Amino acid sequence: MPRATIAKAVQETSFYGAVAFFFILAAFPFYWMLITSFKSNADLYNVTNIPFWFNDPPTLEHFRYLFDNTLFVTWLLNSLLIGLCVVAITLVTALPAAYSLARMTGRNGEALGIGIFLTYLVPPTLLFLPLSRVIAMLGLQNSMWSLVLIYPTFTIPFCTWLLMGFFKAMPPEIEEAAIVDGCSLFGAFIKMAIPLSLPGILTVVIFTFTLTLQEFVYALTFISASDQKPITLGVATDLIRGDVFYWGEIMAGALIASIPVAIAYNLFLDRFIAGITGGAVK
Amino acid sequence: MVAIAESVPKPASRFRFILDRRDVLGSFMVAPAILYVLLLVGVPFLMAVYYSLSAYTIYDPSWSFVGLANFEDILEDPMFRQTLYNTFIFTFGSQFLGLILGKFGALVLLRPFPGRKFVRALVILPWAVPVALATVAWQWMFDSLYSVINWSFIAMGLITREQAPNWLGTADLAMFSVIVVNAWRFFPFAIVIFLAGITAIPQDVLDAATVDGAGFWRRNYQIIMPMILPIVAIGLIFGIVFTFTDLSIVFLMTMGGPVGATSVLGFAGFQTGITSGDVSHGAAISLFMLPVLLVVVIFMLRFIRRRDI
Repeated sequence: MPRATIAKAVQETSFYGAVAFFFILAAFPFYWMLITSFKSNADLYNVTNIPFWFNDPPTLEHFRYLFDNTLFVTWLLNSLLIGLCVVAITLVTALPAAYSLARMTGRNGEALGIGIFLTYLVPPTLLFLPLSRVIAMLGLQNSMWSLVLIYPTFTIPFCTWLLMGFFKAMPPEIEEAAIVDGCSLFGAFIKMAIPLSLPGILTVVIFTFTLTLQEFVYALTFISASDQKPITLGVATDLIRGDVFYWGEIMAGALIASIPVAIAYNLFLDRFIAGITGGAVK
Repeated sequence: MVAIAESVPKPASRFRFILDRRDVLGSFMVAPAILYVLLLVGVPFLMAVYYSLSAYTIYDPSWSFVGLANFEDILEDPMFRQTLYNTFIFTFGSQFLGLILGKFGALVLLRPFPGRKFVRALVILPWAVPVALATVAWQWMFDSLYSVINWSFIAMGLITREQAPNWLGTADLAMFSVIVVNAWRFFPFAIVIFLAGITAIPQDVLDAATVDGAGFWRRNYQIIMPMILPIVAIGLIFGIVFTFTDLSIVFLMTMGGPVGATSVLGFAGFQTGITSGDVSHGAAISLFMLPVLLVVVIFMLRFIRRRDI
């Protein structure tokens, strides 16, 4: 009996040890952001201080500096504007495309859908050279509108694929009934299919927005003017003067920009996985 | 009766009539998305191929055709061969580490325990948060002077301050660091993929195996693993594509340094094509990603097709 108890205790301990390991692995960098952003500089840059906790009282000086003396608020608004425009472009193009591929084009639609989705796998690092020429030709270099133009190249494929799944899961009888009652085909799409797929549309809106927030390569390639940068690029590259990193400010900015994305992902994770695996799990 | 059926003819224009044909309206609705992707992915892709075969630079935008000369140039460059090698090490190192962490993480999160939802939400963070911001946090953790990792080693008495490693300034350690950061970024995705696969296995299959005398390991390797293989493969394909073509982690943490020890294809393409303005050689470097991408796409298509049948 005692042997069984000991074995059980060892098992339990190692299990909770594993839980603790994953917990720390995932969360520590964010804890590090949090504590760095509230520490005074005197506390941060002293190698003899214990780094895990406050040796001087916590301070808001980094947040104050970030909002008052940097372009942080501009970057935040840029990201918001870019995100909203890209969401609008994506919805207008991906919604009808997904509906058409799911309902109207039959076997070809399936192949076309796969084709569109595969373009999501074409990486920015393959396209940034020609695209930066295209941006220059259009006179959009150093402007955040270049990102509004380019970001849909990966949000449209992804969202079309996601919405195709949603439309396929919807029973077609409802639209057919509307058509029998005198609705046009397009009317059935606008009046029946769209209202019924609102959960799917909401998922697409959230993910388009977070994808634009996460993007870094195109922003880095197209934009060097500080006041045109989106928030990720601004925080990661613009809070450095010469060789001096403003660590407190960088961590504060990173924290603020991370929180909404983290919440969105946790709320919509299951739908994202269903989308990314293309319904491989049934 | 007949009169009712014929009574009110719709005042339909010819245009409207055409739009009520399923295939025609379907083409109209799908056209904007396809055009967008063709114009801003398809055309630039062909441009990239042409750049790599031309003598184009931003200072001398000549479109003169030079054949495979650019590819010969970069292949003769030892720095480029180092970059190619680094890219494979970076990709497979971080995917391997990420998959192992993902598999164990999924096993841990499968068992109910108090606070599981909270831990699961936290474990997603490395993957959800914008990669550039998380990378900057790691850069700060690997700082040459104020590294919290070194501080902990010193406090534990493992090393002295003089021996403290310069994580991002030593060739092997820098490669190790960028691999760790990338594996850290991908392991939540791997966990989620494993969890999605495992929870989709019907319980009766597992029960039947148990009744037939299959133990934990046998169930694990002969039933669970084969059944989740398709979904894990798709997850791995995403991981490989996004790692093989990554630029941000290396750009922010090491700038390819020290002396090219962590330079990867995406970064080298950026340095040559954008920073130095040598577009043709930059495009040639980037195109070295293509063979790997093609292999991945073929695998992907096979899995998607198999699902259909």
